[in-house]
Amino acid sequence: MESTAGDLHIANVTKRFGIFTAVDDLTLTIPQGAFFALLGASGCGKTTTLRMVAGLEEPTAGQVRLGDRDITRLRPYQRPVNTVFQSYALFPHLDVFENVAFGLRRRKVRQVASQVERMLALVQLEGFTKRRPAELSGGQQQRVALARALINHPQVLLLDEPLGALDLKLRRQMQIELKRIQTEVGITFVHVTHDQEEAMTMADTVAVMNAGRIEQLGRPAEIYEYPATAFVANFLGQSNLLAGEAAGLSGGDVLVSAYEQRFAVPAVRARADQGPVFLGVRPEKLALVADGAAVPAGHQSVAGVVTDSSYVGVSTQYLVRTGWGTELAVFAPNSGTAAPLALGARVTAHWDPRHAFILRREPGEGDRTTPVLDEPDAVGAVS
Amino acid sequence: MTLMTGIGAAPAGSARPARKSGRRWLPYLLLLPGTLWLVVFFFGPMLTLGAASLWDPAGSLQTGYAQTLSFGNYVDAVRDAGPQLLRSFWYAAIATLIGVIIGYPLAYAIALKAGRWKYLLLVAVVAPMFTSFLVRTLAWKTILSDNGALVGLLRDIGILGADGRLLATPIAVVLGLTYNFLPFLVLPLYASLERLDRRLLEAAGDLYASPARSFVKITLPLSMPGLVAGTLLFFIPAVGDYINAELLGNPNTYMVGNVIDSAFLVRLDYPHGAALSFALMFLILIIVMVYLFRSGTDEVV
Ligand SMILES: Nc1ncnc2c1ncn2[C@@H]1O[C@H](COP(=O)(O)OP(=O)(O)O)[C@@H](O)[C@H]1O
Ligand SMILES: [Mg+2]
Repeated sequence: MESTAGDLHIANVTKRFGIFTAVDDLTLTIPQGAFFALLGASGCGKTTTLRMVAGLEEPTAGQVRLGDRDITRLRPYQRPVNTVFQSYALFPHLDVFENVAFGLRRRKVRQVASQVERMLALVQLEGFTKRRPAELSGGQQQRVALARALINHPQVLLLDEPLGALDLKLRRQMQIELKRIQTEVGITFVHVTHDQEEAMTMADTVAVMNAGRIEQLGRPAEIYEYPATAFVANFLGQSNLLAGEAAGLSGGDVLVSAYEQRFAVPAVRARADQGPVFLGVRPEKLALVADGAAVPAGHQSVAGVVTDSSYVGVSTQYLVRTGWGTELAVFAPNSGTAAPLALGARVTAHWDPRHAFILRREPGEGDRTTPVLDEPDAVGAVS
Repeated sequence: MTLMTGIGAAPAGSARPARKSGRRWLPYLLLLPGTLWLVVFFFGPMLTLGAASLWDPAGSLQTGYAQTLSFGNYVDAVRDAGPQLLRSFWYAAIATLIGVIIGYPLAYAIALKAGRWKYLLLVAVVAPMFTSFLVRTLAWKTILSDNGALVGLLRDIGILGADGRLLATPIAVVLGLTYNFLPFLVLPLYASLERLDRRLLEAAGDLYASPARSFVKITLPLSMPGLVAGTLLFFIPAVGDYINAELLGNPNTYMVGNVIDSAFLVRLDYPHGAALSFALMFLILIIVMVYLFRSGTDEVV
């Protein structure tokens, strides 16, 4: 681990607007130099969290610390933190140069011109110094907003859905750019997004947020392979979650009974070993064979009927209706080895138990197989 | 358009132009009432007034005036009304300055800090205009009168001497001008401050600007169009005003409006009254042009 003097600590922070709790007892540590993504659906409290770090919103309770320094009550202009706003908030009456130079001028830094030139080169906007924000495209405005914040060498850079207003192609391009810039400058980036793919491709660490709380925190692969809650399992990608009852440990496995079948999952992949649970398997971890055909040794299976198939190039996505009516999603890779399955075909879906996982379930909750829809935040709206 | 010309040679052409020419006239038809109004009530009187300003000053209403293109009228009028002209611009400038000092914080508070009281406060700014200009100014006469509460208070605390007064002084005239034209300053200013994106102020704060710096660097420049429009709407009618000088001042505080007023209604000296009106108009026009040029705002007009 590197030095921890610049770690950002958010300790038991709560923010209420009237009786509405936007951020609920949130605790997070973001290591210095990390590319950290805060991922969650619109309205879950991401912007509010960032604003409390920036000093634009005061926590109802809790503490924000940078290293050992308590910054909870500091004014925004007293914090070594800068923000790339969701709406960019570029100053319309200043040209690109003056927008980028704004922070340096306020701090009476010398050699403004050379620093601005260097920063504009970093975001590939040389030659745009005399333009007003209104004369720039969305992508260029985004780069100016980034340069304007980065030039101050903050200890932490906050990015609030910085790519939300860009079209898909530009977004992918800027994701790579941002990652490159972060590696180059080594500043802690806290990147807020509702786009799970963006979070996973860019960040070292992802925190999945839901209704003002952190549901899970970890490396992208960790979270994807072993989600902590049903929300995460279906917000980050998609999962087939079958409602069952855990019946304790046997050897190194947790036994689960569901729909008159018995399954086993390695104990290291179980969040509970008693009571109501979900048995989870990712669609790409499921494989299909014709009914009656042999299932690989050690695999577990569920029988069903193919009710839908869509060809998406790299894979074919099937829906398989089980005997009890739930439709499982199965992504079969287009490796060219298996013939496509017809609608109505009777099949067996099978998986390696080491790819399954067990999550806690509220009593009475049924199967969950559909992804949580993430709608983009309205761009330009006050949020 | 290119598409149209491409197939322009086709026989379909015959029916189209008729409809198109009908359409072409529509904008002019819509402009007609406004144009007529301008011609009858603006250009007409302006021409008459312009002609009158060049009449032979030796004539009179009884004997009639001869058109002698007497440009000397302008020289005479401006020379004779010189003190009042200077006083007009001077009073109007001071009133505008006081207006900005009072009006900017007021507009700022209404636009950014008033919350749900915003519209009530706006109505309060406009409400005086529900009564006539004359009545409002007469009310000020009462407020500033020698035995009124205000003068009494100022005498008691020693700001005014024992027999000091406000009424019939330049102070009263400037206060009257400030009061009467303040809404014209506040409303455009309010409109431009109201449009201000508060997220810009958050961004400025995030970039190490204290609230005071944010005001100077963001709020003030972005409210400039409103400030320029407001000061013009205040200053221009204030220069030409004569009611405040008439009711709240004395003959030594008379402004150019009073001179024009008396030329037309008392002395019945139409040529010099008209020449002075035109001279005033040109002077104001020059000042406005210089002001707009200096403030670099082309978004106002
Ligand atoms: N100033 C505010 N007053 C009242 N409610 C607010 C305010 N700011 C945010 N909220 C509410 O807090 C919740 C979280 O908002 P936000 O942090 O902007 O979400 P996100 O950025 O994750 O989309 C939303 O339901 C929003 O309506
Ligand atoms: Mg948001």
